[in-house]
Amino acid sequence: MRRAPYVFVLPFIISVLVFYLYPIIGTIVMSFQDVVPGETRWIGTANYQKMFSEDFYKALGNSFKYTVLTILILIPMPVVLAVMLNSQRRKTNSVYRALLFLPSLVSVVVAGTIFRLMFAYSPRAVTNAVVVFLGGRAMDWVLGGAGPAMFLMVMIAVWRWTGVNIVYFLSGLQSIPTELYEAADIDGVGPLSRLLYITLPLLKPTIIFVTTISIFGGFAMFEESFIFWQGQSPNNVGLTMVGLIYKKGFQTGSLGLASSTGIILIVVILVVSWIALRSFGFFKRES
Amino acid sequence: MAIHTQRLSVSEAGKYVLLGIVALLFVFPIYSLITSSFRPGRDLMRYGVTFASIIPNFFSTNNYTALITGHSGEYPVWYRNSILLAFFQTGFTLAFSSFVGYGLGVYQFKGRNALTMLVLVILIVPLQILILPLYKLTTTLHAMNTFPGILLPFIVSPFAIFFFRQYAVGIPKDYLDAGRIDGLSEYSIFFRISAPLMIPAFGAMAILVAQQSWNNFLWPLIVVTTANMFTLTIGLNSLLTPYGNNYDMLIAGSCAASVPIIIVFFFFQKYFISGLSAGGIKG
Repeated sequence: MRRAPYVFVLPFIISVLVFYLYPIIGTIVMSFQDVVPGETRWIGTANYQKMFSEDFYKALGNSFKYTVLTILILIPMPVVLAVMLNSQRRKTNSVYRALLFLPSLVSVVVAGTIFRLMFAYSPRAVTNAVVVFLGGRAMDWVLGGAGPAMFLMVMIAVWRWTGVNIVYFLSGLQSIPTELYEAADIDGVGPLSRLLYITLPLLKPTIIFVTTISIFGGFAMFEESFIFWQGQSPNNVGLTMVGLIYKKGFQTGSLGLASSTGIILIVVILVVSWIALRSFGFFKRES
Repeated sequence: MAIHTQRLSVSEAGKYVLLGIVALLFVFPIYSLITSSFRPGRDLMRYGVTFASIIPNFFSTNNYTALITGHSGEYPVWYRNSILLAFFQTGFTLAFSSFVGYGLGVYQFKGRNALTMLVLVILIVPLQILILPLYKLTTTLHAMNTFPGILLPFIVSPFAIFFFRQYAVGIPKDYLDAGRIDGLSEYSIFFRISAPLMIPAFGAMAILVAQQSWNNFLWPLIVVTTANMFTLTIGLNSLLTPYGNNYDMLIAGSCAASVPIIIVFFFFQKYFISGLSAGGIKG
């Protein structure tokens, strides 16, 4: 009995040590080293001095833009859809929720394949056909510059994650007591006021949760870019922070530089999510 | 009163029209993937998905035959690897995570709160930022291009631990005490009393873990370099290049890789949703 609890949690302790603590310490150590196969030497802060290149700012900028844009879309839109769905007709709603959830089931490679086909350069491809119909000119979405590239990456994220965020928000909405809405009905409160003064404030914990995982996920984005350009986008329009780590570490083989980039990425993520949580008043509640 | 109800139903109708348009936009890509898979790859290569090509008036299973026979029969190997990985990943992850989650949920012991906090912290750290040292570790252990190399970093899932913990908290203490009075050890209690009570949690997590394993991309991309170890995602990705693709195999292969999950989803929808919701409520 005394020992049993520790036996139960032992797998977790071991895996934290091996797959989290060791890698984090390993990254810190490597960021001060020049890592060549068979020979590793300390070079102090040289990696940190060398890493702030043009590529770095490009990657940081792209990751930042991607994170902000996905949050700006992937929070308000699913909230509104979830509020619409959270009404009486359960049967229709669960079918609907299922349809929007489908994109999250397919792998990012499959999603990328579909998007390449829908956003093909040909004026006959569906997206360009719509653009031409509206009086525009057919665009090269994949290789046509920074704007279309960011658009593709954000769209693929919106397509894949809307359904998942709706599930989060629906479960948040279902924990709001219905008495509040009944009282509001008696007082003759309109739908917009209900949303602003009851739903949103009570949904705040879920919104904070989704924002936090979106910040972490946004800055860690790599796959959505890789499936379009395989790590080699023209003018680095698709280069993200993890993409840069991958490029430095696995394509050019400079593990030291890749590690220092990784450390900076962790710092950036922590700072950004701290600012976000602070602006939500998250820390006030605890003190 | 009559005017009031009519106004309501109009806004209700507007709502469903809007929801309908959104649903169409979201389902369209999957629909077009399926219809495209029965068309010749060279048309897709030239025009992409067009409004003409989504009408299911052309039906050829050539692409699917090519999957089995083409590319020196690699696709079935990728499929087999993905199935085996999903199977072992699910088995190991469920075993370990249920064990840990149960320990955190049922027992009072020193360090429990700190460990629970740690689970939550790790829950939000994306593994992407730890790939370099994990890669070094994998090469040191000579685990490149092996199943353990692909599986191990994900074997204890913080999300699954948290989910099992939430579930284990709800197990009535009397059940466990009854076991103790009968002289069962704590481990026998877990296997004979608690685990059967947690079957719904096992269901939800099995689906989530299997799906994650099936769609896992970044880590296999790093650990797998030999063609006979390719998983579906890595294999399909190898067919994608920025300037020209093997669309015959790619489209049919994408379909064949996705449709099984979609079918499983429709049968076990409840488990998919409940597996996710646990994270949402406690945030």
